[in-house]
Amino acid sequence: MFYREVGQFKTSYKADQSIFPILQDRIGIAVILFVAFAIIPAFGSDFFLSSIMIPFLIFALATIGLNILTGYTGQLSLGTGAFMGVGAYACYKLTTFFPDVNIIIMVLLSGFFSAAVGMIFGLPSLRIKGFYLAVTTLAAQFFLEWCFIRISWLYNYNNSGAIEVPRREGFGDIVLAGAAATPATRYLVVLSIVVLMTWIASNIIRGRIGRSWMMIRDMDIAAELMGVRPLYAKLSAFAVSSFYCGVAGAMMVFFWLGAAEVESFDINHSFLYLFMAIIGGLGSLVGSFMGAAFIWILPIIIRALPETFGIDINAATVEHINFMLIGGMIIFFLIVEPHGLARLWQIAKEKLRTWPFPYT
Amino acid sequence: MDILYNIFIDPFVQMGNAPDFLLQVLWSGFVGGTLYSLIALGFVLIFKASGVFNFAQGIMVVFAALTLVGLYNLGLPAWLALIATIGVMALLAIGVERVVLRKLVNQPDIILFMATIGLTYFLIGLGESIFGGEPKKMITEELGLPSGSTSFEPFGGLVIIEHLDVAAVVMAIVLVTGLAIFFNKTRIGRALRAVADDHQAALSVGISLNQIWAIVWFAAGIVALATGIMWGAKSDVSFALQIVALKALPVLIIGGFTSIPGAIIGGLIIGFGEKLFEIYWGSLLGSGVEGWFAYVIALIFLLFRPQGLFGEKIIERI
Amino acid sequence: MKKLLMTGVALATLAGAALTTAQMAQAEDSLYVPSLSYRTGPFASGGVPIANGYADYLNMLNERDGGIGGVKVVVEECETGYNAQKGVECYESTKGKGALVYNPYSTGITLQLIPKAPVDKIPVLSMGYGLSAVAVGEKFPWTFNYPTSYWGQMTAILKHIDANGGLKGKKIGYIYLDAGYGTEPIPLLDKLATDMGFTVAKFPVGVKEMQNQGSQWLNVRKERPDWMIMWGWGAMNATAVKEAAKIKFPLDKFIGNWWAGSHADMRAVGEEGKGYTAANFSGVGKDFPAVQDVIKYVVDAGKSQIDNKDHVGDVLYNRGLFNAVIVAEAIKVAQEKTGKKVITGEDMRMGLENFDLSEARLKELGLEGFGAPIKGSCADHEGGGAVYLMQWDGSDWKKLTDPIVPMQDIVRPLLEQAADDYLKDKPNWETQKCS
Repeated sequence: MFYREVGQFKTSYKADQSIFPILQDRIGIAVILFVAFAIIPAFGSDFFLSSIMIPFLIFALATIGLNILTGYTGQLSLGTGAFMGVGAYACYKLTTFFPDVNIIIMVLLSGFFSAAVGMIFGLPSLRIKGFYLAVTTLAAQFFLEWCFIRISWLYNYNNSGAIEVPRREGFGDIVLAGAAATPATRYLVVLSIVVLMTWIASNIIRGRIGRSWMMIRDMDIAAELMGVRPLYAKLSAFAVSSFYCGVAGAMMVFFWLGAAEVESFDINHSFLYLFMAIIGGLGSLVGSFMGAAFIWILPIIIRALPETFGIDINAATVEHINFMLIGGMIIFFLIVEPHGLARLWQIAKEKLRTWPFPYT
Repeated sequence: MDILYNIFIDPFVQMGNAPDFLLQVLWSGFVGGTLYSLIALGFVLIFKASGVFNFAQGIMVVFAALTLVGLYNLGLPAWLALIATIGVMALLAIGVERVVLRKLVNQPDIILFMATIGLTYFLIGLGESIFGGEPKKMITEELGLPSGSTSFEPFGGLVIIEHLDVAAVVMAIVLVTGLAIFFNKTRIGRALRAVADDHQAALSVGISLNQIWAIVWFAAGIVALATGIMWGAKSDVSFALQIVALKALPVLIIGGFTSIPGAIIGGLIIGFGEKLFEIYWGSLLGSGVEGWFAYVIALIFLLFRPQGLFGEKIIERI
Repeated sequence: MKKLLMTGVALATLAGAALTTAQMAQAEDSLYVPSLSYRTGPFASGGVPIANGYADYLNMLNERDGGIGGVKVVVEECETGYNAQKGVECYESTKGKGALVYNPYSTGITLQLIPKAPVDKIPVLSMGYGLSAVAVGEKFPWTFNYPTSYWGQMTAILKHIDANGGLKGKKIGYIYLDAGYGTEPIPLLDKLATDMGFTVAKFPVGVKEMQNQGSQWLNVRKERPDWMIMWGWGAMNATAVKEAAKIKFPLDKFIGNWWAGSHADMRAVGEEGKGYTAANFSGVGKDFPAVQDVIKYVVDAGKSQIDNKDHVGDVLYNRGLFNAVIVAEAIKVAQEKTGKKVITGEDMRMGLENFDLSEARLKELGLEGFGAPIKGSCADHEGGGAVYLMQWDGSDWKKLTDPIVPMQDIVRPLLEQAADDYLKDKPNWETQKCS
């Protein structure tokens, strides 16, 4: 009833190709953006901002990065964590060399470094695919992890082998990074970057490049016959994907954690992003957000639940339940809805469209 | 020039100067290789029969070893604990087949692969809540595994051969031979290979997919148990052990995903390769190269021989 | 559809409720001490006994004395899994409840909390881990690492080696976990090597290779060091000792640091590990009146999470207990100095700084000979503690040496240098002047 596009006519190609062709969607996204930009920073507690929203947004961006590679181009990657690490270390080095440049610019620039590294490790994808490719991305994961430890230049010869975020100011004297930055500032920075990059991603995917990725994913030989060059398509997917991961990694360290060791970019995190992409729905941008929310926020809720009801469960048991639940959920989703939460959302939209008279 | 000398000459000089040590390195590479082969074998079994790349093999190793130790600590005699563990692995195999595989028939391989990652997480949570996170001592003596070592003195040096390592090698050989016979000579083995070739064709000639899958997962469970016992005896049984299983991936790339002899040879190549490289060349790069060296060998193999040494030729070319 | 919507709404409310309670302030009259524990993950073997000892001692104070200064202590565990991201989440979710002090038990988490501590006004006590440089109180007013730093520990071990056959001209092998934790003492080791005339051979063990150390020990055979020193943690320790025994390295010349010598590790090695030596700064065993009280009031009353009563008194259990003793003593000092019963993080910082655990006080607490006396000051945040060595006899740890005082004259300038390095790119860092 409410969600019906009856009466909304498109009279130009431009209108037909807009990202949100339906009025209700436009209203919806405006409301979401308003809540995200105005309500949440104004009323959210520090904990809500810095431990729920910031990581959620960063993970969502990393998941978008992985989704570009795995969901849209069909190249399985188990090296997301390491590519994020490249971004983080690159950003750290950049801001060491140029302490006066706005940190946001550095975060975005560091994406190019991880894009370059991503392309190098994407080269084998020209010959192999599937699990074999997954193994080469694993090679990237382990090799880069080793580099993050062994090349002490990357962390400025710090004794503890960690990168620590220095205080950085921008836009006048607002503290953007470092311990003194308020959660609200960091949240707004992260949110702006994520919204901007999601918008860019959705346009890339709708465009020529994105469609060539999907052709490669659906059937590479057919795509080649139709004039898509696998070399360009695949490498560009690796580059764009790694760019997104790199920016996410730099944001993770600079706007969330404040300091990071190689452990923050290890193989388990790579799996975590894969889970987010699967549960959210491979090949869906909305799904990336849903998956990130699911994997990051659900455990926090599960951890807080016993306290709400006054049940005394020890922290370890909750963690075990978490593991089993996430594992079970992944299997459940793969069986029941291989297209993830995004598909559920679509079904819900279909239902809403015809509600309350489903048979008319 | 120094660099060239360090890369091309110095390591061989070192080998020549201490041949006993070289022998020791080779032996330890051999043992490491057999253990890698054992893990890889578990992967190959399942991949051959169901086309599933079973990521959960690593946690199955831990799970089997923990069950064995846990049951023994409950007071069961070692042999009974062993049998009971085999029973648990059978139940696990049937459970996986019922709950996961049966529901995912005909899905793309990648979906099945991810399902096994989910299974891994589930088993980690389950295992930790049952057995706790503390490392456990493997019941080596109780199972009748030898301990101690024998020293040889070739070339006036010293080579130490651990009896446990010998047992590991023997066990690996027995398992591999047994599985090879099982695959090639028995009715079920032939059915297994039929399923591996084509699910639908196998179904149409009256092979029960579900039964075969359960059997394969059970066999992989037994391989996991053997791996867990041997690896647990070398260090101890803890959840950190599952990471070692990732080493099986490059082994599979080199040996091919579907070949049992491939798993063995691949394991040995990785075992020898990484030990020699770490000992004689590793210090040039600052040591600790073992973590990725295997993957780099695998990458090189991928570029020249994507199907592995003994793998079946992949039809899906790019 | 309606049903689905209803469930959705219900779930959302529930989630909202859960998140708000996670935020709710603690009851007024209590001392809130969060415990960032890890009972899961690859390092759980160390995390479990530490968390148990920590919680059990503070709960014992509640049961026996009705808390500290008449105020109950509330210990809330938050599971980190030794994961830095979860650690930060735990920190954020507990800091608003009036947390007095954080003991992260992970170098990675500590590094993240160090810059946050001055902002949120909650001190960090990284007891025997974390950044060595925080011992310099002028530069790190909010961070403490009683009883001594890693670097202090390293010099104590070297002193022991020096006393047993000399250091000059010897080759020391250093096997370490290839992460921040293991690499941290390397600059000190390198410097001391040139100063004291020994050589160092380094053997890194990757986190993924913890249980697969064949190559490292082959390299040890190749290098033939006279002594081995280990900076290990978790599953790495047992594997290393087994491998050392395998290559017939004399185990009494193999010294682990205080995280590489626990019962949990060595029980898995057993008889084979006889002779292996490790550093320690807290007592071993149950023969302390305070530990007996813990057993009486908490463990036997079924209020402990420990699953095997025999493990009370284990090295790491007592380490957690010792951590709790320091926290409780600092709270007491803070209460006495401020005259308040319920204190804040700032009071706690003051309490930690004016902290004095003398031998007499230890005896009063029922912990005579448990650890070396510790006395903090404005400038000294490591308290000048001492380290002793203990040896594994096949089934238990036995004290091997008396407390060895670190070479403070060598370590202190290096620590100050490191502190300056740390602050170099942090212009607005809060420091304090000490007269």
